Amino acid sequence: MQSIPDNSAVSLAASPSMVTVSIRDLHLSYGKLEVIKGVSLDIRRGEVVCIIGPSGSGKSTLIRCINGLTPFQSGSITVGDQQVGDAKLDKIRLRRKVGIVFQQYNLFPHKTALQNVMMAPLKVLKEPRAEVERRARELLAKVRLAGKEDSFPGELSGGQQQRVAIARSLAMRPEIMLFDEVTAALDPETVQEVLLTIRELAEDGMTCVLVTHEMAFAREVADHVYFTDGGKIVEHGPPEEIFGSPQDERTQRFLSRLL
Amino acid sequence: MKSFARSGVLGLVCAFIAAPAYAADVSTGPCGFCVLWDWIPFILNGFALNVVISILAMMLALVLGIGLGLMQISESKLASVPARFVTQLLRNAPWIVILFMIMSLIPYRIEVQGWGNFILSDWIKATFAFSLPVMANVSEILRGAVASVPKGQWESAESLAFSRGQSLRWIILPQCVKQMIPHLMNWFALLVLATPLASIIGVREAVGSAQAAMESAGSSPTLLIPFYFFLMMIFFIFIYPVAIWSRRLERNYAINS
Ligand SMILES: Nc1ncnc2c1ncn2[C@@H]1O[C@H](COP(=O)(O)OP(=O)(O)O)[C@@H](O)[C@H]1O
Ligand SMILES: [Mg+2]
Repeated sequence: MQSIPDNSAVSLAASPSMVTVSIRDLHLSYGKLEVIKGVSLDIRRGEVVCIIGPSGSGKSTLIRCINGLTPFQSGSITVGDQQVGDAKLDKIRLRRKVGIVFQQYNLFPHKTALQNVMMAPLKVLKEPRAEVERRARELLAKVRLAGKEDSFPGELSGGQQQRVAIARSLAMRPEIMLFDEVTAALDPETVQEVLLTIRELAEDGMTCVLVTHEMAFAREVADHVYFTDGGKIVEHGPPEEIFGSPQDERTQRFLSRLL
Repeated sequence: MKSFARSGVLGLVCAFIAAPAYAADVSTGPCGFCVLWDWIPFILNGFALNVVISILAMMLALVLGIGLGLMQISESKLASVPARFVTQLLRNAPWIVILFMIMSLIPYRIEVQGWGNFILSDWIKATFAFSLPVMANVSEILRGAVASVPKGQWESAESLAFSRGQSLRWIILPQCVKQMIPHLMNWFALLVLATPLASIIGVREAVGSAQAAMESAGSSPTLLIPFYFFLMMIFFIFIYPVAIWSRRLERNYAINS
């Protein structure tokens, strides 16, 4: 997992700065509704972490907190050298470091696949166009979409759109990628092509946090699995333990319902 | 839809061509169309003012309306609350009331330091007055269009480190243009149709000119239908191509995005 191939033209691996995510005693409520009730977890560099659990248990909310999309009330999140809860947080720097892909791909419909990927490096990072375009083409090839550069999102299948969304996020050269149920809206046939892309990313050494319902995939790629229920982490451990011999009765119930 | 519109227009034309013949039979007087013929250059001269007023007012309304609309969707209450108030106030006021207010509020002559004196003739005031209700509606069209863009677009822009302003500029507003075009076109047509109101304050636009012409030709009732029919036709000939052009623009935008 830690080996970083240097010969790859597009370096997707983390930069030398040792990035870890560290969440301590996180609490979050929407009004009166308590959604996260004291979550702590650590993500090491190059690690693939899967978060599983019933719907409504706060998985999306949790990973959205990591790149500052959702504010939280108490506790702390540290990403590298940044405190996410800090009032003076440099959000641009945080979001360059942490990419996120959503269940609904949310591609920009008025832009082609290539333009979607080029947009943020051009407009936010203000990098030179030629360099951005070269990298965008490489990223699209990497997610197996060479030839689709000039297609608009409306002309692509769900799986293809989701892979454009992954390439778009990678174009910012993040050190951590968050995936929020990215295959949940896809046809069964296209689920595999997206999972393959994520697996290759993980093999390249990218730090990945996956919220997923694809248990077989989680079992295969994860270094560590967290099971959440009711805003808390009920149980966590290596995939063999969580899937092989779950200790908590809620985990057992959840997994038995899925299998 | 198209053929319906076409046959409608055809029917209207037939009715109006038949009507003057009938009118000439019952009341003796000069041949209306002959009198009209002599006055056409005069009326068209007036119509030039309708065209100029409506185009200038539309440009002004677009610039101000987009500004006001952006203020409406601002996160700062200091900007959004007044912008919302101005938008609603001007959207819901009769145009003629706005016209009268502007006439009395703006002086005839203004001095700009270092630039000298400017004479604000009535047609300029009318242009400004007509731009205000259109501005308010442009503001509202913009607000509605921005609100209709799915929240996920903002979210993914934000997660790609776009600031709010950058998201608007590069992601949200470009998606609004296509749906705004037909609404803007609609307001342009209403604006053109409202320009004859300026004749009330003495601006010699097409309708005022036509009325003056009829008066100096003896105010015979036989003149009414030819003159007003001619007015209808020139307004139609001006507005209808704009509608077609806007539809084409909309289609092009659909293809490009
Ligand atoms: N923006 C929001 N406003 C209010 N409640 C929300 C919001 N987002 C999520 N929730 C609520 O928070 C809880 C957790 O949601 P979520 O994090 O999406 O769970 P999961 O991803 O595990 O399904 C749910 O009860 C949901 O209804
Ligand atoms: Mg979710």
